[in-house]
Amino acid sequence: MISKFLSLEWKSFIRSASFGKSLAIKIVMGFFALYFILVFLALGFGLYPILQKTFPDQDPFIVVNGFIFFWFLGDLLLRFFLQKLPVMSVKPLLTIPIKRSSIVHFVLGKSAFSFFNFLPLFAIIPFSIILITKDYPLATVMTWAAAMILLTLINNFLNFIIESFSAETELSFLPIIIFAGTLFGLNYFNIINISGALSTAMLAIVNNPLLLLILIVILIGLYLFNHKILIKKLYLDHSLKTKIKEVTTSDLGWTKRFGDSAPFMQLDLKLIWRNKRPRSAVFMLVFGLLYGLFFYPQPIYRDMPIMYGFIGVFVTGIFLINFGQFIPAWDSGYYKMLMSQNIKYEQYLKSKYTLMVLSVIIMFVLSIPYVYFGWKILVAHFAAAVYNIGVNSYVIMLGGSFNRKKIDLNQRAAFNFQGTGAVQWLIGIPLLLLPLAIFGLLSHFVSFYAGISALILLGVIGIIFHQKIMRFITNKYLDSKYEMIKAFNQDN
Amino acid sequence: MITTTNLSKKYSGNEVLNISNLDIPKGQSFGLVGNNGAGKTTYFSLLLDLIKPTTGYIKTNGILVNESEDWKPFTSAFIDESFLIGYLTPEEYFYFIGDLRGQNKQDVDNLVSQFEDFFHGEILGQKKYLRDLSKGNQKKAGIVAALIGNPEVIILDEPFANLDPTTQIRLKQIIKDLAEKKGVTVLVSSHDLMHVTDVCERIVVLDKGHVIKDIQTSEATLKELEAHFSGTANPV
Repeated sequence: MISKFLSLEWKSFIRSASFGKSLAIKIVMGFFALYFILVFLALGFGLYPILQKTFPDQDPFIVVNGFIFFWFLGDLLLRFFLQKLPVMSVKPLLTIPIKRSSIVHFVLGKSAFSFFNFLPLFAIIPFSIILITKDYPLATVMTWAAAMILLTLINNFLNFIIESFSAETELSFLPIIIFAGTLFGLNYFNIINISGALSTAMLAIVNNPLLLLILIVILIGLYLFNHKILIKKLYLDHSLKTKIKEVTTSDLGWTKRFGDSAPFMQLDLKLIWRNKRPRSAVFMLVFGLLYGLFFYPQPIYRDMPIMYGFIGVFVTGIFLINFGQFIPAWDSGYYKMLMSQNIKYEQYLKSKYTLMVLSVIIMFVLSIPYVYFGWKILVAHFAAAVYNIGVNSYVIMLGGSFNRKKIDLNQRAAFNFQGTGAVQWLIGIPLLLLPLAIFGLLSHFVSFYAGISALILLGVIGIIFHQKIMRFITNKYLDSKYEMIKAFNQDN
Repeated sequence: MITTTNLSKKYSGNEVLNISNLDIPKGQSFGLVGNNGAGKTTYFSLLLDLIKPTTGYIKTNGILVNESEDWKPFTSAFIDESFLIGYLTPEEYFYFIGDLRGQNKQDVDNLVSQFEDFFHGEILGQKKYLRDLSKGNQKKAGIVAALIGNPEVIILDEPFANLDPTTQIRLKQIIKDLAEKKGVTVLVSSHDLMHVTDVCERIVVLDKGHVIKDIQTSEATLKELEAHFSGTANPV
């Protein structure tokens, strides 16, 4: 039975539509994976000497155990946002004579081989080796490593339990935040000294390997609990349940002032507000707004006016980038219908353009308080906003005409690479690097205000030639009409 | 009204449609039947300029479909669920289509209210998004949306599939009325021979992309079609 499952798994891997196509994503994802592996390896090898230096009078091994609690929480949070239990893939198996129980065992068993469970090994093993070279008893180190691996697996299954509960709430990330926050808070305010307790527990286990059994029992318990939850969910009306909630409608009458693109404006606003993925582009606004706070308070960056331009483009353009890069893929689900309707493509694009311009203006206004860190910042943000309106908005729409990836609007947003192709990576070059280069070079070699003027000038030119540029972009979209319809019709 | 000339569509050398000549006069209710892969949806997609013909062309009202877009104001269609916008309520969807076809809210309300019977109380005022409706109800909304804006040509791919018996009967009446009373050219495809013979004045049978029968519907048509499909039908 297991071998059949495994062969299915292998086929789904190599025959998936994205296997050949999205090489760029594969490379980027591979790069991320490699990066994390290296980070963990560095951690594993470097931890001991670092701790020895920072806490010269303490035993590094003891110090490490004091941090296990934070490792545990961090790992859990990371998993929650990145790791998914692939329940949906078993839908076709439900009607064939395989015991539900063994399907669940397979799904759960498979999850144990996730990248997230191997990653910690890259830190645990080198650290253990170093411990041995530092004359720690072999048995102690082995027990410690075993305990850490068990903890990792416990996290693996604990995460799925939390996820299954959070799937039922509207704010899906709330349970994990509450869970992690409560643990952290209890510890931080010393109400319950969890990190101390965990550290003591770890030392107890190391001294008495028999106590590993407790961890194993916890692991089995979590596994069985998962099994219990999942087996109940393995029905179409459960794991496939789409929650239906009552809809409140608003007529968005104010969009009428945008003339003939008003219907599309209304559609776009509903698109953004009623679907998970585009909605996250709105929440990114907050992140974008705060982005400047990473840099401006630090004196190093404040003396580097070059950074102002870059941060300005990013802050005022965050929605433009997040929303714009998936034009027209946002509408991929009903693209056929739009194409057979009596519409002018220009109106359709103009609606997207208007939205992006509005967002840039709003972001600029909201970013005005940065003037606290200096007038130049405000000036740079203004120039960047003009550049975003006059250049970047067109660039990103032009990039969209090469978009060939469908987007399923209802999928979770964070780290969802669906719909992402080479276009999305390449578009970043003209979008962010070009203004940075123009502004950076001019302000470095000529003067700050020369750089500012260049950005504003380019933006104004773009705004003046709006009609011409829009017509050019519209034609690009029309040229690739059939290809887009075909591509959006496929599930990837 | 609709003339098809030397139309063919090939996918990597594989011919899926080849119609040398097909004329559909104005106000005709036209039925397209055929097994899976016969080319019904391909033909409809070509009619809507959703795919590019390999050779030949379709003219609606004298307008070359794949070159001009002037056929769009008087043509409407419901091919499949991808014609619906899942995150809108049915009402919002009707208004949106209405906007695109130059109809104001009042026009749309007037039209839609005629179909309350057809909707059976399951579409309007439900406070649900289209994506949360059942397949059958989605289809009802899509079909009615295709009637918005007084189109002269209406294309419905498999309109009877997924509908309950009551709705099927009502839909048949709607299609008949459109062709007989309003002079609308209705193109319908179906796997259900009974339904097409009930509804359509003319039935064309496609097989592997070719027109192999072109029948004016009469008493004997259903028998003839049944004989044809039981004899030559390929097991799917």
